[in-house]
This record gives sequence, structure tokens and C-alpha cells, in this order.
Amino acid sequence: MCDTCGCSITPGNRKSAAAIHALPVLEGLLAENDRMAAHNREHFARHGVLALNLMSSPGAGKTLLLEATVEALKGGLSCAVLVGDLATDNDARRIAAHGVPAVQIGTGQACHLDAHMVHDALHGMDLAGIDILFIENVGNLVCPASFDLGQHDNVVLLSVTEGDDKPAKYPVMFRAADLVLLSKADLLPVMDDFDPARAEAALRGLATDAPLLVLSARRGQGMAGWLDWLRERHAALRQPRLAAARPHFGVLRA
Amino acid sequence: MHELSVARALLRQVERLAGEHRALAVRGVTVRIGPLSGVEPGLLARAFPRAAAGSVADGAELRIESVPVRVHCEDCGAEGEAAPNRLACPACGSLNTRLAGGDEMLLVSLELETSDV
Repeated sequence: MCDTCGCSITPGNRKSAAAIHALPVLEGLLAENDRMAAHNREHFARHGVLALNLMSSPGAGKTLLLEATVEALKGGLSCAVLVGDLATDNDARRIAAHGVPAVQIGTGQACHLDAHMVHDALHGMDLAGIDILFIENVGNLVCPASFDLGQHDNVVLLSVTEGDDKPAKYPVMFRAADLVLLSKADLLPVMDDFDPARAEAALRGLATDAPLLVLSARRGQGMAGWLDWLRERHAALRQPRLAAARPHFGVLRA
Repeated sequence: MHELSVARALLRQVERLAGEHRALAVRGVTVRIGPLSGVEPGLLARAFPRAAAGSVADGAELRIESVPVRVHCEDCGAEGEAAPNRLACPACGSLNTRLAGGDEMLLVSLELETSDV
């Protein structure tokens, strides 16, 4: 019996022969998601597709905005849409009715999309000839903010029927936004407790210079600014200096 | 409530590392969570044992290090703590800041039980 070859270990004393040691790691908790997001990003780059992650509370008007957007871009930029939804395919059907490819991602009980769900859905979508892929996330201002999908930009909608302090209440989400849209602006005259200036001040409190646009998809107000932003972002993809897609989440994670 | 997803992702990482180091069991898991990571530490603490049940990390102790939000001021160069929803320079009040900490979501270290032989 010795202490080197293991012959001293019996089933009875095995436990005491085990050692505890610390293993330093320092790795992002969502490293697996981030790897898949990078893979999605390469896929978009290969096809020259601008990928946008649309996030908001439930009912802020993401689907209506997309319906109006794909109509307005017809004849110019061709669009496709991935729609995350907990239980129905209502939104995907609404968008498909406009003649653009729309794939439903059923998330079941999951409150957000992740890079793997988007990757799986991309297997069912031909990106050839597509200029812009909109990814309509699950309506939720909390969970989707933590998951990089491989998108180029995050677009966050804040409808004027919500509180104008939402950016201060959901800093993780609004800090991740590359563009904020104040939606349902046609209701501003009756929503007298929503002040767009207060919403912008709350947004600026997050030290972000993300542009904020005010629009109404239903009435067509302010749509020109949004469509110009889309065209500019898509054109930037063709210029290598600006095209580099950047991950938007967790710069300090890894 | 995406903390269960985060806990499952964490567990897959832990299992991979435990396998690579031929660990018999994982006794402890230390993570660092910042207020701007989007993860609620209390919910993660409750989700982890459920995710770990029946795995090599069953019964492992999850230690959560919390860190403050810190900003670096691009105007005056100061660095200090800020509120998660008001990322102003603590010295001059400028909002021309960048985040210097507080969005961490890191697996810091593991405590592995390995055979001594």
C-alpha cells in the first residue's frame, strides 16, 4: 500500500482520498449563446443581410410597425421577418399576408428569444435576395435584453400609452437600444401624461446617444425618419468600414 | 423570468469544465452578477439548484458576487459608482460616460472535488 498509485483507496475510504481544488474560470455565463450569436452574425454577413432585433413591451406596436414597414419598403428593400411568440402564430400570419417571408418561432413558455432559437428558425428561411431581416422578439422589456441573437442593431419601441419613465425602469433594455421608437404617436394628443421630452431625458440618463424617433405606424406619421434610418443602416453594410457588426451585449462579460 | 435559462446555460458550462477536469463532483460555483446584466441574483439563486439537480453539480453551493455599477467620465476622467438608471459622472455630473463595470455576468470559479490519485 502506498500513497502514489491508488492502491490504498478502498470503497470505504474513497471519499477521504478526494481533494477539493478551486478552478478559476472567468467566462461569460451566456458564452454558449454568444458563440451561436456570432455564428448567426456571420450567416447574416455572408448574405449581406441587415438583422434587426425589435423589442418592446407586449402591445407596443411591433407587428403593426413591421406591417407598415414592409409595405413602405416594397420595390426598394426586400424584407423577411422572424417572429417570436409564446403561443400563437397570429403575428407571423399578419406579416406573411403582406407577401414577405415570415417564420414563426414558438417559444412556448420562454419569455425571450435566444441565439439558438434564431439559428434553428434560419434553417427554415432562405436569405438569398433579402436585404433586411427583422427579428420580432417576445413582448417583454426584461428578458430579451440579456440575449444576443447576432443582430446588427437593437430597435426598442416605447409606445406613448406606457409611462414616459420606462427607460429609467428598464435600464438594461434601453441601454442596449441602438434606436428607440416612440410608437403610437397619433395618440399623444389624448395621452397628456406622456411627455416625449421626459422619455428622452430618461433615455439620456443611461448615457446613450441612440436616436429617438417619434412615429405612428397606423397614421403614417414619422415613418420617413424610420425608413431613412433603415436605408442608411442597410447601405452601411455595403461599406466595409461601417459594416462590422458589433455584439451589443455584455462588453464586460468575457 | 429568464434566470432559469441562465441557470441552465451556467450548468452546461459547469458540466463541461467538470468533465474536462475529471471532477467527481462540483462543490461550489462562484458567479459575478452586475446590476446592469439583466439577471436578478435572487432568482438565479433559486433557479440554480433546480437546474443542477441530478448533475455533477447537484448540491453545489452557488456564491453570487455582486458588483456596483461604475462609470468612467469621458469629460473629466473621473471614475466612480453610479445608479443603474442614471449613468452620470459622480464628480462632474456629465452623461458623457462609458460603463466601467456593472454589467458582468461571469462564471468566476469552480470548486471541484477530484480524485487524489
